[in-house]
Amino acid sequence: MDCSTSKSRQPSRPYPFRILAMVVSLAAAFVLLALPVLHALGQDNIFTGTSTGAAATIRLAVADFKPLAADPQTAALKTTFDTTLYADLASAGIFDIVSKSLMPPGTPGAPSEMQLQSYSNAPASASFVAFGSLGMVGSKLIANGFLFDAKNLQYPQVLAKQYSEDPTEDSARQIAHRFADEIILRLGGGTPGIAESKIYYVKISGGGTPNVTKEIWEMDYDGANQHAITHLGTISLSPRISPDSSRLAFSSLGRNGFQIRMYSLLLGRAVNFPEVGGTNISPAWSPDGREIAYSSSRTDTPEIWISDASGNLARRITSFRGGNVSPTYNPKTGAQIAFVSGRTSVPQIYIMNSDGSAVQQMTDGGYATSPSWSPNGQVIAFAWDRKYGPGAPGGQDIYVMEAATKKWIQLTHDGGRCDFPSWSPDGRHIVYANSADGREAHTRIWTMLADGSQRRPLTGPGADMPNWSWK
Amino acid sequence: MTQSLRLQIFRIRSVRSALCLAVGLAVFTGCHKKSAPANPASLGPMATESTPAPTANLTADPLAIDLGQSVVLNWRTTNATSVAIDGIGPVNVNGTQTVSPSNSTNFHLVAKGDGGITEASVRVTVRVPVAPTVPAEAAGAAAEMGSEEAFHQNVADIFFDYDSYTLRPEGDASASKAAAYLVAHPDIRVVIGGYCDDRGSAEYNLALGENRANAAKTALVKAGVGANRIRVVSYGKEKQFCTEETDSCWQQNRRAQFSLDR
Repeated sequence: MDCSTSKSRQPSRPYPFRILAMVVSLAAAFVLLALPVLHALGQDNIFTGTSTGAAATIRLAVADFKPLAADPQTAALKTTFDTTLYADLASAGIFDIVSKSLMPPGTPGAPSEMQLQSYSNAPASASFVAFGSLGMVGSKLIANGFLFDAKNLQYPQVLAKQYSEDPTEDSARQIAHRFADEIILRLGGGTPGIAESKIYYVKISGGGTPNVTKEIWEMDYDGANQHAITHLGTISLSPRISPDSSRLAFSSLGRNGFQIRMYSLLLGRAVNFPEVGGTNISPAWSPDGREIAYSSSRTDTPEIWISDASGNLARRITSFRGGNVSPTYNPKTGAQIAFVSGRTSVPQIYIMNSDGSAVQQMTDGGYATSPSWSPNGQVIAFAWDRKYGPGAPGGQDIYVMEAATKKWIQLTHDGGRCDFPSWSPDGRHIVYANSADGREAHTRIWTMLADGSQRRPLTGPGADMPNWSWK
Repeated sequence: MTQSLRLQIFRIRSVRSALCLAVGLAVFTGCHKKSAPANPASLGPMATESTPAPTANLTADPLAIDLGQSVVLNWRTTNATSVAIDGIGPVNVNGTQTVSPSNSTNFHLVAKGDGGITEASVRVTVRVPVAPTVPAEAAGAAAEMGSEEAFHQNVADIFFDYDSYTLRPEGDASASKAAAYLVAHPDIRVVIGGYCDDRGSAEYNLALGENRANAAKTALVKAGVGANRIRVVSYGKEKQFCTEETDSCWQQNRRAQFSLDR
């Protein structure tokens, strides 16, 4: 049972310097990292962003929790809990975590055992300390978590939480995720953490062979708990989770080609979605969950269509030959759609109003695909091969572009083929697919901060097309 | 049609003595409607105490019916104490019964008496309607689909340039030849698969594959092939024909592939 108070998404943060304000997720440190890259490229595509409230990184000490009892079960669960909590906070992108070797001795399990100065003084020099205790009470796993302000000796307590769950490895991970999210919510400028979010993706079996199958899988945001959702025995692509996490839209190969399919995560089964003619692929949810935009060639050429979430009342939005695919709504407003069009031969990123008006081309060349609009509506991440062509040495990398100015920065470099970026709910992270040698069977899912730092793989080979949940 | 069946009568008697030979002869020479009692003088004292074997006669009228019609079974026995028919159960020693079997059935009667057991059976044929056979013209149409070899000789895959769905000159020629064959064989239906090499992005390649297959379809339709005979499926880069990272391999993957749509 989670005793925490209800989390509410804080209203958008103030932007005192509107000209400077750029991306909530790209905190000052990110931009500092990005600038040298842009200077090195001689580009004038510079994000003139600055810190927008999340402040510079906060120095946070994460103490191992104190065991309430000495039984072996507690020890195993505590290891899982400590590891998960530390990883969640270290990967949050807003903390400077105190190295374990600099931590003061002792394991405080309760406020009375806490010697704050030992954390606030050098070498730890922590601004905040997360600590607590974990153990079995009766048949339940109980965790008491605290967050203390190390600089406020008189009233140090920022957060006190108690969690009670069944004693399983999964519970230990989940309560660590929940406690981490509470800390991130308090210290991260009011943006909820993502430790409880999920990533949906395509699992490839037999890649590179004629018998290849692709199923839709789900995992926790940190790569744990990977498991299958579909068992269709065919090729299923482009999973897109609904904003309320209740339904999963994807595209699946049947006798008449690819069709949009809908899977209810609440019912645990596929639900009806009408089959129409032609190739129907790359669904995208509107932020209110009422509509789905997707590519359909029911009237000859692949165009962007919008239907309601049940597949009814479909209407065509684009009308350009050359192929129009991969729509993604502006999640902030729902009023705009970014998509890929091959109207000028090689695919480029375009945006338009969600009624099809005001189309504008965003990329100016190369081969640009797979747009994903950031949660704050300001930035579009996409895959771009800027030197595309037969025999060209270009690599396909992940880029982000500010929608208002078309200024862009490159996030990945020389790591092989990258594709399918998808934003985390807090806009601080991007998950994407990467294949070092370009082969599908070797594709893995990676995560990184939205400035391209802290890249690390979440899966082994054979995982593609990640889609991060909305919350 | 009424037909009275002479049913073979088996007599089974307990064998006690040398009588068994005589009994055997009686069996082989049997098929009498009424087996004549053996001469008591010739059979000796033992035989005079034995009861004659039962006789049984089972007929059906009619012997052949259409499904749903009924048949009257008629049986007569003598010297029997209990009579049963399989599927009906114990019955009177003589009687009739109306039955309506759903399949051709062997009705089998067993008459038991003090003198032994006698069996009789009759077969009722039920004419079940058979599924309609393939009409002559449909069989002809299947033949008109022609052989796979002839199809692929005349309807060759069309290959495309990198990131293009425009037919090349040899693609136009290939489409013309294919269209001529398809016009000459109006019963052939075709499925065109659109394929791409494994470079580029999966979702866009599905659109590209769709455009390639549609380009091939358009060429056929312009040359007089009915659009309703052509089905288009895009596989994008999901079904690689060739998996090496070479130019020739990529070229083989960038194609519109024709198959018979059976």
